[in-house]
Amino acid sequence: MSKTTPFYPRHLAAGGKMVEFAGYQLPIQFRGIIPEHHRVRTTVGVFDVSHMGRIKVWGRDALQFINQMTTNDASNLAVNQAQYSVMCYPDGGIVDDLVIYRLPDHYLLVVNGANNEKDTAWLREHLTGDVRLENVTTEVAQLAIQGPKSEACLQKISSIDLSPIGFYWAAEGTVAGVNVLISRTGYTGEDGFELYIPAEQALKVWDAVMAAGKEFEIEPIGLGARDTLRLEMKYCLYGNDIDQTTNPLEAGLGFVVKLDKPGGFIGVDVLQQVAREKPRRRLVCLETENRAIPRPKLTVYANGDPVGFVTSGTLSPSLNKGIALAYVQREFASVGNKLTIELRGTRHQVVVVAPPFYKHGSRKK
Amino acid sequence: MSTIPSDLKYTKTHEWVRVEGDTALVGITDFAQQELSDIVYVEITALGKKVKQSEPIGFIEAVKATSDIYAPLSGEIIEANPQINKKEGDAPAMVNRDPYGLGWLCKIKITNPDELASLLDHEAYANLVQRSQHH
Repeated sequence: MSKTTPFYPRHLAAGGKMVEFAGYQLPIQFRGIIPEHHRVRTTVGVFDVSHMGRIKVWGRDALQFINQMTTNDASNLAVNQAQYSVMCYPDGGIVDDLVIYRLPDHYLLVVNGANNEKDTAWLREHLTGDVRLENVTTEVAQLAIQGPKSEACLQKISSIDLSPIGFYWAAEGTVAGVNVLISRTGYTGEDGFELYIPAEQALKVWDAVMAAGKEFEIEPIGLGARDTLRLEMKYCLYGNDIDQTTNPLEAGLGFVVKLDKPGGFIGVDVLQQVAREKPRRRLVCLETENRAIPRPKLTVYANGDPVGFVTSGTLSPSLNKGIALAYVQREFASVGNKLTIELRGTRHQVVVVAPPFYKHGSRKK
Repeated sequence: MSTIPSDLKYTKTHEWVRVEGDTALVGITDFAQQELSDIVYVEITALGKKVKQSEPIGFIEAVKATSDIYAPLSGEIIEANPQINKKEGDAPAMVNRDPYGLGWLCKIKITNPDELASLLDHEAYANLVQRSQHH
């Protein structure tokens, strides 16, 4: 039996086409993937991301523990600052990608919904010293408000001034009279916020956000558009683009891997070696010249020889052409390189392009 | 709920058929377009070919997935809907908006009318859809 998020009744009321995702009943779409995608790129949309896992970590040795478990350096975090990071296995394979918040009296780790139990167990297994850990996923609802009008929308019902909150920073405040954590984060390439809301107050906040956004034609957005939006930005999806068989360096996530962090982290030895020898393959952005859509698992060819495979692919609603992420051997990974994929017996040319696919997002720096 | 007109015949693979003389007009059902969601490209690859019942005659690209189209009847694929088989614009989305009307896909010149008996009527197809929704 799949679970429901606190926003479930609103998805049904809005005509959401429900599917099971990460163990939850969630909307794949409401009005349609393409119109919902454009709504987020042009004004504002709302995503229920309550299926994400939320794990509280605190105690005297919490920072040391987090630094051991993740590849980025959490010691640089100021209070109310957030950080994108990765957890690795000792062989360098990826346990999960996550966002770490340093809050006044604890850390909050936000992990992929499908990995929530696995990650919690993995973290518990490695607990040392004075560290406490609590999975608070069911107590907290998470709502993403994304798009160029998200600040204007949310400001109407927020007790605090949102304009000083920088990208990947958070603040405590009230929204519609409910105490929430407001963070300027998201996975769409647009400016936006994620709200962490006590579950029992979730519907009150949803209704207020929808009312405040009416003048911007706010809409609920489904998982379908969430995927096309993140893919246009080359944001990785765990289970497609990254998993235990891939490492963060080949996935292009080296910017969150601090190989010389004091004390190291799980997997650092292998990743140092990968860095020395250079990854043998790279996760690259591929574009087709038409609406031929590369799908996951398709083989990528260079001069007739297989050199890689697609991990995510879709029609880009913003660019109106097929886009894909694919692992290809390093020597074929340069921008401008022409490769081919085979779709229903026909070879189609694809070209390696620089990330992101979509370059006109409103994301704040 | 999806619409299932009573005057059409259906396949288990969610095509519909409207017989006009010796020609069959073919499309995909309302249920199928809902399942696929946003349709962005349609190609009838067997245009001009003689095909057997249940053979693939083309495909539909939706944002999330690609789906084959199968010949509901044996015959020659004599026409593809010129309003749908376009590589640009949102023409293919007509299949979402009007699957039984302007969103038709192709015409087949029927070579074996006996096969009509093997297609589902609207009640049998409604049962099939109900089962697929409850799986």
